[in-house]
Amino acid sequence: MSTEPVLGSEGAQKHLEELAEHANKPGRFAGLNQWWEQQPRVKQWAILLPIAAIVFFLPVINPPIITTEPGNDWPLACFDMARFALVALGLNVVVGQAGLLDLGYVGFFAVGSYVAALWTSPDSSAVHIPYLWTLPLAMLVTVVFGVCLGIPTLRLRGDYLAIVTLGFGEIIRLLATIIPAMRGQQGFKEVGHPPGTGSDGVPIFTNNHGTPWYMLTVGIIVLVMILLGNIERSRVGRAWIAIREDEDAAEIMGVPTFKFKIWAFATGAAIGGLSGALFAGQVGFVNNQKFDVVTSVLFLCAVILGGSGNKLGVIIGGALVSYIPNRFTSIADYKYLIFGVALVLLMIFRSQGLIGARAHLLAYARSARARTRELAARRRTPEPTPDPAQEAAS
Amino acid sequence: MTDQNHDEIPEVIPDYVEPAAPPSLDSEAAEKAAAERDIAVGVGETLVEIDNLSVKFGGLTALDSVSFDIKRGEILGLIGPNGAGKTTCFNAMTGVYKPSGGDVRLEGVSLLRKKQHTITRMGLARTFQNIRLWGEMTALENVAVGLDTRHHTSLFGAMFGIPRHRREERSSIERGMALLEFVGIADAAMTKASALPYGHQRRLEIARALATDPKLLCLDEPAAGFNPAEKENLMELIRSIRDDGYTVLLIEHDMKLVMGVTDRIVVLEFGKLLAEGPPKEIRENPAVISAYLGEEAQV
Repeated sequence: MSTEPVLGSEGAQKHLEELAEHANKPGRFAGLNQWWEQQPRVKQWAILLPIAAIVFFLPVINPPIITTEPGNDWPLACFDMARFALVALGLNVVVGQAGLLDLGYVGFFAVGSYVAALWTSPDSSAVHIPYLWTLPLAMLVTVVFGVCLGIPTLRLRGDYLAIVTLGFGEIIRLLATIIPAMRGQQGFKEVGHPPGTGSDGVPIFTNNHGTPWYMLTVGIIVLVMILLGNIERSRVGRAWIAIREDEDAAEIMGVPTFKFKIWAFATGAAIGGLSGALFAGQVGFVNNQKFDVVTSVLFLCAVILGGSGNKLGVIIGGALVSYIPNRFTSIADYKYLIFGVALVLLMIFRSQGLIGARAHLLAYARSARARTRELAARRRTPEPTPDPAQEAAS
Repeated sequence: MTDQNHDEIPEVIPDYVEPAAPPSLDSEAAEKAAAERDIAVGVGETLVEIDNLSVKFGGLTALDSVSFDIKRGEILGLIGPNGAGKTTCFNAMTGVYKPSGGDVRLEGVSLLRKKQHTITRMGLARTFQNIRLWGEMTALENVAVGLDTRHHTSLFGAMFGIPRHRREERSSIERGMALLEFVGIADAAMTKASALPYGHQRRLEIARALATDPKLLCLDEPAAGFNPAEKENLMELIRSIRDDGYTVLLIEHDMKLVMGVTDRIVVLEFGKLLAEGPPKEIRENPAVISAYLGEEAQV
């Protein structure tokens, strides 16, 4: 044996070269995605910023045709979309990334809502704090709930976990009904809102004024996306995907899967709670009627519709699930039928969801990509006198 | 390597090939792959002791009081007919099965009742007989998960990009690429694992296991489904892994490969230890010949 590189047969070698080329060339379908990846960061931002601006001022722009008026108030519909998008973003961590089927996500949403209500509503006897402080508090409390739910149940897998979480969602709803302090159907009125009054002395954040709520939520979504993106491109994000793909293999390769699953649950719960607190603030009223199983399924539908595992996808999915019944009020009563059919069709024709591109899991993938390209180029034009050591390295 | 006869079943078991001279200093890739490691100290000392290991499935005894040692720096072959308990032995060592009796010790520390990921972190990595890569992740990402054993960033560290996180991420790329180069599939670093050809998936499994920085690397039939040329290459790779200071436990059906690459062989039959010794001895051992190599030996 010479110092030949430890490579497969010639056929496999050729295949590998083709693969390497394919990885660096825009494909027919993934063309846009590939093109996007190869753009410098500055150019990516230059394209993203105007889009972000349009999205941010969406309730003010009130585009014709797209608007939900006269049926529903457009800024309020916008806030509802943003709220669903945030929920979808949180549920995506649990379902899309770690692959843990959670059918009781509305439970975390409910806990967040009640935290905001309990600490701000005059109907509550608890200590009152400014509304904005309830946002981190809601996250903290839901994380505790998430960890408490996770520790006993995350030893279960797949369908079994789904059933337990389904039960959890119901337990939260029933607790809100039977615990007197939670005031059941009577609920909490006049939940707090962020401070600030306009020039005319009217508070900026009110129940029937959706624009400021929308902008606040979009700001939070951007922040959450950045932080989730950082997690995604770290050992945590990689461990989540590995657990989703093959949990046993992940465990055997040294990944403490239980710990990472708890982290996924806690992260998802925190975002769900945050979304719940925002919802409570905007609506201004919290009771036990809005946190049923069907809502959980609707959240899940948003994730799967948009593209499980893809942040941008689930945001679009969440917005759509909220937008369609608001825009087409005549068919709003059939929304579950419509989403059901849509899911079936999606599973048949595009099982990865509307935007199903895989997530990037390395913080410095660019340097590795450049190196791969360099290797492929070196292979195409072999050096005149190859150094055996270098050959072995390639 | 282009020998056409490789396609036929070898008539006689090939001669025992003397293992290549240890540390080949000319191999740049090997040095890279071994970076940050203590190059095997105390070659020849006992690394893993398998002590009266038994595994029972209900009434079936899959492994019956098997004892053998794995020495540091060697390539140990574990062979035996189908159902002899090779993979069971593997699974009991790596914590997949709970042994019903006996003990497995790595450097004197018992691996029993340890969690699977702890065993891997202690230095025992494996590949799978049926390839189990994370298909949706790229080759490099797969290796990066293997590198997780040496990383410690928490959820918050990752979220806010603390310096340790950035340092670990950079080293993931560096080490990951070096390992992929070492096994010879660096070109495909950015290709989804499920899209890789079969042979490269096997190599990626080895790279991923090496990424955990094991003291003992267990290869479960790494040559399954390989053609003779690929097997030849795999033998080279296994030797270079050993030369890098890793200890290798190899389960393999292919006699040519086992005889050609191992330093020592342990033979199992019906869950019991049948023989143990260097390949030359094993080939001439009458018990082994009648139990396992019978047909081929009589050709």
